Amino acid sequence: MTATATASPLRTGLSDGLAVMSRNLLKLKHQPGQIVATFAFPLVSVVLFGYVFGSAIPIPGGGNYREYLMPGLFVMSTVFGVMGALTVIAKDNGLGVMDRYRSMPMARSAVPFGQTAADLVIAAGSLVIMAACGLLFGWRAHNGIGATLAGFGLLLLLQYAVSWLGVFLGSLAKNEETAARIGPLIMPVTMISNIFVPTDGMPAILQAIADWNPVSAATAACRELFGNPGLPAGDVAWPIANPVLATVGWCVLLLAVFVPLSIRRFRTAGL
Amino acid sequence: MGKHTGDAVVVAEGLRKRFGQTQALDGLDLTVPAGQVYGLLGPNGAGKSTSVRVFATLTRPDEGRATVAGHDVVREAGAVRREIGLAGQHAALDEQLTGRENLRIFGRLFHLGTKRARERADELLERFDLAHAADRLVKTYSGGMRRRLDLISSLIVSPTVLFLDEPTTGLDPRSRNEIWDTVRDLVGQGTTVLLTTQYLDEADQLAHNIAVIDTGKVIASGTPDELKARIGGRIDVTVGDAAEIPDAARALAVLADTGTEPDVDADRRLLSVPVGADSLALPDIVRQLDQAGVKAVDVGIRRPTLDEVFLTLTGKPTTTTTEEAAR
Repeated sequence: MTATATASPLRTGLSDGLAVMSRNLLKLKHQPGQIVATFAFPLVSVVLFGYVFGSAIPIPGGGNYREYLMPGLFVMSTVFGVMGALTVIAKDNGLGVMDRYRSMPMARSAVPFGQTAADLVIAAGSLVIMAACGLLFGWRAHNGIGATLAGFGLLLLLQYAVSWLGVFLGSLAKNEETAARIGPLIMPVTMISNIFVPTDGMPAILQAIADWNPVSAATAACRELFGNPGLPAGDVAWPIANPVLATVGWCVLLLAVFVPLSIRRFRTAGL
Repeated sequence: MGKHTGDAVVVAEGLRKRFGQTQALDGLDLTVPAGQVYGLLGPNGAGKSTSVRVFATLTRPDEGRATVAGHDVVREAGAVRREIGLAGQHAALDEQLTGRENLRIFGRLFHLGTKRARERADELLERFDLAHAADRLVKTYSGGMRRRLDLISSLIVSPTVLFLDEPTTGLDPRSRNEIWDTVRDLVGQGTTVLLTTQYLDEADQLAHNIAVIDTGKVIASGTPDELKARIGGRIDVTVGDAAEIPDAARALAVLADTGTEPDVDADRRLLSVPVGADSLALPDIVRQLDQAGVKAVDVGIRRPTLDEVFLTLTGKPTTTTTEEAAR
């Protein structure tokens, strides 16, 4: 007990976060179906979107549609990662185990930090599988190892940011059912973007929304870093012209808002 | 932070807590001496769980103050959490993990370190006879096993005070006995236990002291014997021949509380009379009836039920009884 009292708050906070992370990953281990679903999504989307849409959509300036599509699919699977945190946190809300955590001498912020860390591990695995599928179907990263790693690093940063959004939304939801209803709302966010089609063919209002959609900036950033086709030329909206900077900015903004909000909710929960 | 027997280890003064329209706690005062089992007895909605949640730092009181092991539950919540264990009627476990994994994670969150957490999990599973099920997912456990795992989860670091919120509600008698044995064992090692229950029987079996609570405050407290003496019990006698009813009634009137006439159900040849609970033993009753020449076919001392406790203490039936009667 004395050791507990004297250990630095940061160290105990970190070890608490790691404990919660292993709890969430262990849970996944016992649900093979969940693992298959998590990792099948990339495979199915590459085949579905790559070949179904790819057969009909011409790329500006030519190029392979699957080369155009892959960065967008990376972003899409990353953004859908919001559902992981949302579902788990909402489900935990209704469980007695959260009461036990709150009555223990652990850092209350360990639950959101552990959850987002577990999400990051799962997302990394998912990106590896997706990249392997992409390579199999003709996608390549052309700008060397540094830019490629930067691209995946950016995707993981985006994943971390949307995870915190998920944690916050999950902490608002009373149960799993409410959380499941939020799921379909993510679809339009990924569709009104440059993931599947160039935005310049869209009606003006929709194009403005799509251009300022963080999803578009992230997609454009990945295209830039991986050297894939579809980079806009000429007079385009600022986030599309400076996609890497814009994506980092969006992530910082999301984290700055939702990390403190989520931690606050976990500190005061039930009081 | 003395652990000497007799020191107050949980103290509540004028606790009030309101949830919307419901006044869950309405000026609750409580003093729990160290080293014993203290029973909080009351019906559903009396405020038992809310008071435990306040002591366990899960809920903040609107008014009043409470200390656990000398620490204020609001201002020194962190210090309180290092001294307590909590187990309840809703097993606070991860259903999708095995029993062993649950204990290991809790051990790490108690800052035992990964290695020590593993050892502690194995020790507890062995000692509390759950080793055979340790590697099964908790969702496959029976109600009794869950409750036992939940209880030992609160023992990973020996707590100064253990809060047990209705630990046996809904359990079969065998599982209930196992939980009781564990609780006795813990108190033998110096842990103070605050136990909430709806069952007078449970409080009687386990608690050294009992507080009866209703509508958010304590309405009576004392040792089980003191309370039972206030509440009393009943003697039920069934006679073989309806003609013996008057004789039996006279015999019982002697045994009964002064001035109480036995209730007589002539159809079932049943006589029933309230008595001070510990004033009588079965042989005395049989002897008394025998001397009156009554051939009783059935004689029983009925212990007071919680409803009778409430009827006696508050002059009104418990809310649960009213609901059940309305159904």
